[in-house]
Amino acid sequence: MSGFLILEADGAGSHPAAWRAGRTAPASVLGSAGLREVALAAESAGFHALSYVDGPLPEGPDAQARLNALQRAAFVGPLTHAIGLLPEVDTVYTEPFHVATQLASLDYVSQGRGGWLLAASDDAREAAAVGRSVADGHRRRAEAGASVEANRRLWDSWEDDAVIKDVDSGRYLDADRLHYADFQADLGDGEGYFVKGPSIIPRPLQGQLPVVAPAGLVSADGPLTPRDVDAVLVSGSSLDRLRTELSQAREAFGARSEGGPAVIAELDVVLDARGLSAADRLGALDAATPWNSGRARFVGTAEGLADLLEELLALADGVRLHPAVLDVELPELSALTLPVLRSRGLLRIAAPGDTFRSVLGLERAVNRYSTEAAQSVAAGTGAQA
Amino acid sequence: MSSDSTQGHTTADFRPSGRIQFGIFFQGVNSGTVWKTPEAGSQTDFESFRRIAQTAERGLFAAFFLGEGLRLREHLGRVHELDVAGRPDAQTMLAALAGVTDKIGLVATQNTTYNDPADLAHRLASLDLISGGRAAWNIVTTDNAWTGQNFRRGGYLDHADRYRHAEAFVTVAKEIWDSWEDDVIAGNGAAKSWASASDGGAGAFARRVRHEGRHYSVDVVPRLPRSEQHRPVLFQAGDSQEGRDFAARQADVIFSAHPQLEDARAFRADLVERTVAAGRHPNALQIFPASEFILAPTEAEALEKKAWVRSLQIGPQQAIAFLEQFWGTSLSGYDPDGPLPDIDPVVEETSETRGSGFHGARARQLADQWRAEAKDKGLSIRQFVTAQSARRDATFTGSYQSVADHLAVYARDGVVDGFNISPWLIPTGLDEIVNHLVPELQERGVYPTEYHGSTLREHLGLPLPVRG
Repeated sequence: MSGFLILEADGAGSHPAAWRAGRTAPASVLGSAGLREVALAAESAGFHALSYVDGPLPEGPDAQARLNALQRAAFVGPLTHAIGLLPEVDTVYTEPFHVATQLASLDYVSQGRGGWLLAASDDAREAAAVGRSVADGHRRRAEAGASVEANRRLWDSWEDDAVIKDVDSGRYLDADRLHYADFQADLGDGEGYFVKGPSIIPRPLQGQLPVVAPAGLVSADGPLTPRDVDAVLVSGSSLDRLRTELSQAREAFGARSEGGPAVIAELDVVLDARGLSAADRLGALDAATPWNSGRARFVGTAEGLADLLEELLALADGVRLHPAVLDVELPELSALTLPVLRSRGLLRIAAPGDTFRSVLGLERAVNRYSTEAAQSVAAGTGAQA
Repeated sequence: MSSDSTQGHTTADFRPSGRIQFGIFFQGVNSGTVWKTPEAGSQTDFESFRRIAQTAERGLFAAFFLGEGLRLREHLGRVHELDVAGRPDAQTMLAALAGVTDKIGLVATQNTTYNDPADLAHRLASLDLISGGRAAWNIVTTDNAWTGQNFRRGGYLDHADRYRHAEAFVTVAKEIWDSWEDDVIAGNGAAKSWASASDGGAGAFARRVRHEGRHYSVDVVPRLPRSEQHRPVLFQAGDSQEGRDFAARQADVIFSAHPQLEDARAFRADLVERTVAAGRHPNALQIFPASEFILAPTEAEALEKKAWVRSLQIGPQQAIAFLEQFWGTSLSGYDPDGPLPDIDPVVEETSETRGSGFHGARARQLADQWRAEAKDKGLSIRQFVTAQSARRDATFTGSYQSVADHLAVYARDGVVDGFNISPWLIPTGLDEIVNHLVPELQERGVYPTEYHGSTLREHLGLPLPVRG
């Protein structure tokens, strides 16, 4: 089976000192020109999705301003036609009703290419900004689980054919095809919240946007279970650790054929470029600020990366690449790495009109409230959210 | 440029600008959008938004305006079925439109009750940067617990507190937008840090913003610099006394409900007084009333078209539903072409179509009054409801020339600064306005012939805000 590649496209690159080595001025991360250029270049290179991380950056010399991730994804939505768009959106300090509307809207402006890079903030600054306390590990998993369920119910709260435009009866909507979410969240310690619904926006084009979660938030015992998400991001501190984590993830989260989530390997990438070796480039960047991402890292030639990705795509359904410097790594990936992988038949062919669900190998989601879902439950075939 | 906080202004300082501008209000949820005709397109497909925004931009509109929905309207305990409904998140849609437009302002209606100030201010600042200084915030407040059921924080706000709450919220937002010094981002990668204080010293380049209030506390070092227009333009849409005073103190533009000439003159006079009382220049607060246009080559054709539009807006079911809001019970047994219901309302207070903005008239008294009036004039239910909605009519009907002549009076006398137009048809509802009305207005010298600058603040001719 052919795999997919996600490019993390935040700021000047994933290395904290990337802004020193990019081809544009440091302030260009706050404009729209760079967003447009990177998205078009990544799409034409054949990447299957772009992700945009969010949240405050660590304080210090590399603390940069960062545009809202959801808006960055929405901005490139109408400018692109095949690439999935995966903004990071927090679950701890956000209102699920707003998040569900925002993500559904992303799906509309991108013709069904939206996804949700799930986050559960543990940042004290984000907590203070909204006058809340910092969430511990258990609370973060509970918040993530509750928000995903609230979002999924709200996305299903309009059946696909709820807008009937029936002139004879004067009805634009059929209220029988709209459903209250009536979701009661349990966050532990007697805390929780309620969301009534229905959503304010019709069902997203994909039915349900794919939810992509860091493996650390997902557990078989919940609150966020492997069945609640569509893909998990798996990370290891070295290539060997990553290989081990990937095989364990498949075991822990279940096989795809049995409804388990797609497994995505996380990889930092530094390539030979512009007459400099990857090692020298990394050395110069690290001299400014060391790169402690906690992820496995490839440092070498574009062709060498193709070999590693071939190996990883046998262990995972996809790989998310974190380029050290976005506008230096991306041209190398486009010109050298992706063509090699394509010639080996290892990449899913991306085409205009693809949904992000199709990239992940998922059918359009069945609505839990629809007659179709009811029949499939009655027949014992199940219906995946 | 003049400051908007200079003291000592008088109402005599007001100067008509001699021109009007247009905004487009894509409503998404309302009874005015016609859907019962084949030309009516989707309310949610991106293509509807792209087409209408690009048409507006061809017509040099100052702004594209989106409403906000926080709960689907209900009628007699069920989701209201008769009107268009379902709308995207304003800021997500506007970020997408920023990529397919160049000049037009992008206005997001956002609620102060169900957002956190630091988060909302950050997202609006982000939209302002991504659009090159074209963002605006239409500030609205909500107090009802019914809307609160969709939110973690629930319905927590008393009606009386909503503007006090909103004002504290807006004050914090302005502090956040004003918090960065200018020119602090490194010019190249050799700098010591990505951003540093302008004096080159160790001092912070962004002011920390703290607020301890009854309903929220904020402690944040803001994460975005100022945009090309420094901060989002502020719209306000509340029409109560408190709402008007709030606008006079805080807003750049008031989105009013007073489009008809004499009413609009009185509203301008009232706002000029309030703005001066708030210590601002009377031109510092602009007025853009909500409006609808039904145009045709001739007067007769326009009137005929208006009758057709009204028949689609107020069908038999809509007429019955309108009365049901006040009767508080199903009236489905009554003939829309017959007299008003002879039964009395079942509730003393109205059972409104929730979320529609109608409030509390005493139902029985109203029913008696309406029955008498309908009987007097010999009106059926449908005729009565049509006449009733004409009282709140924000429609300009006529030939392109006659409507342009009429609008020229508004421009000459400075009655309004512009009109926020709700098209009754999506996505083609601006075509006639842009193709026929705009050229007529340009010929009369009362409408822009090009965009001034690139930011919304520049299009509106507003001064740059003075840092708080």
